[in-house]
Amino acid sequence: MNFFRFSSPQTFYPLAGRLVPLFAALAAACAVAGLYIGFFVAPSDAVQGEVYRIIHLHVAAAWMSMFIYLVMAFWSAVGLGLGTRLSFYMTQALAPTGAMFCFIALWTGALWGRPTWGAYWVWDARLTSQLLLLFLYFGFIALTRAIDDPRRADKAGAIIALVGAVNVPIIYFSVTWWNTLHQGASVKPGGSSMASVMLWAMLLCALAAWFYSLAVSLARARRIILERERHTEWAAAEIARRGAGGRAD
Amino acid sequence: MHWQSVSEFLAMGGRGAFVWGSYGVGLGLIALELWLLRRRQRSSLRRLSRLQQLERQKDRP
Amino acid sequence: MTLFVHVLLRDLRLAWRARSDLLVALSFFVIVASLFPFGVGAEPERLRAIGPGVVWVAALLAALLALPRLFEKDAEAGVLEQLLLSPEPAVLWVAAKIVAHWLATGLPLVLLSPLLGLMYRLEGAGLGVLAAGLLLGTPVLSLVGAIGAALTLGLRGAGSLLALLVLPLFVPVLVFGAGAVEAWSAGMGVSAQFSLLGGGLLAALALAPFACAAALRLAAE
Repeated sequence: MNFFRFSSPQTFYPLAGRLVPLFAALAAACAVAGLYIGFFVAPSDAVQGEVYRIIHLHVAAAWMSMFIYLVMAFWSAVGLGLGTRLSFYMTQALAPTGAMFCFIALWTGALWGRPTWGAYWVWDARLTSQLLLLFLYFGFIALTRAIDDPRRADKAGAIIALVGAVNVPIIYFSVTWWNTLHQGASVKPGGSSMASVMLWAMLLCALAAWFYSLAVSLARARRIILERERHTEWAAAEIARRGAGGRAD
Repeated sequence: MHWQSVSEFLAMGGRGAFVWGSYGVGLGLIALELWLLRRRQRSSLRRLSRLQQLERQKDRP
Repeated sequence: MTLFVHVLLRDLRLAWRARSDLLVALSFFVIVASLFPFGVGAEPERLRAIGPGVVWVAALLAALLALPRLFEKDAEAGVLEQLLLSPEPAVLWVAAKIVAHWLATGLPLVLLSPLLGLMYRLEGAGLGVLAAGLLLGTPVLSLVGAIGAALTLGLRGAGSLLALLVLPLFVPVLVFGAGAVEAWSAGMGVSAQFSLLGGGLLAALALAPFACAAALRLAAE
């Protein structure tokens, strides 16, 4: 299989179109299975009672938000190194979904924290770095939207994504350091004594988030490709075909 | 089955507001993203095909 | 190397000519730092507790305020394009501009910080630790901030966008810089914080000029 064949927008576009429904179906299946296990099969936690069931969504969103930023940094590096336009499209297609998962992780973390720690917000190392990650996402999105010239927006976004990715571990290290100085590491979400059923629910939810992100970002990338490549012959034909039929598949 | 009744399921051991607040906002945001994505896709396609027609008209004097 | 010195001296001369701008940034630093007692109260214990953090946050904001000027005038006058066309590697003169910018806007913050420390009841060597931390930390702010300034050069709403881009990246510097003074006040060693700040400075010196030059090339296209 030739990987580089798919790095051309023209071959990638129909491939992504075939993959979107597949990933969407897989995401729905994993989500249903994960939530079913999480809500109906898993027993209540000995310490936290029922409220721990937030964790399935929380962990999936938190993992996904960090993973998406890494993938964005990867595509940025590929784009800057090889000059492939498609990498930049993928980076921009991923950012809104990453920001959304980042917000969900913060929101569910706060709602989990109130009954468990007694406060909606604690300056815990993980929550704090998650908040800073959300700012990094906002910065990326705001920068790419503020630049009118699309090619400058591509590369500027890639540079800030890479700078941010270099800083993420530094931020995490500094915040952990600061946290241990100021309140002691007494608060840890989850806990090691997690039943394997809970772990399964969490894993399925994370898989669902992963497939969902793939489906949504590929669909978004298809739109970006059409917008950006509209003067090429194949894209013009595609626009004429879909525009005439009025179909939005 | 872990739950005895629907109301017990909804109560979540007295923490229903937190659990359902989390899942409600989370799933709501996902639904919102899907809706926005679809809307943006339609408007973008409309705009592109309008642009295409305008450009063709300009080429044909 | 002659280009480096040339750009450095030129930028310093220009900064000296626009020194009223520098005074504005400097007074901003002082004003922000002196607002906090009105908000949180002026008990000596409390002042001592928040002092290092307040001075550092004020320094962060003052550095941010000065950043847009780093490339703005040169971009308007077309100097950036000329420099980009020159055969010398862009990293050289980019580094020179950042160094000049730090000398004009960062160093005065460092020199002024002991006065603000006195307002917050820091004493003796604590003031020295505060200033030394700023001496190591503010160049990092200039280097990292320069990337943001180059990326937002010539954009609508560049100022607030710049804040959104660089303030999260400044957090580690804030943590270690303010942490050093607090560790000193608590009677602990500060070598860990200082070596982390120094390491950060070296890493920023090695990487930031390249990212900044790449971003400037984009802005000039």
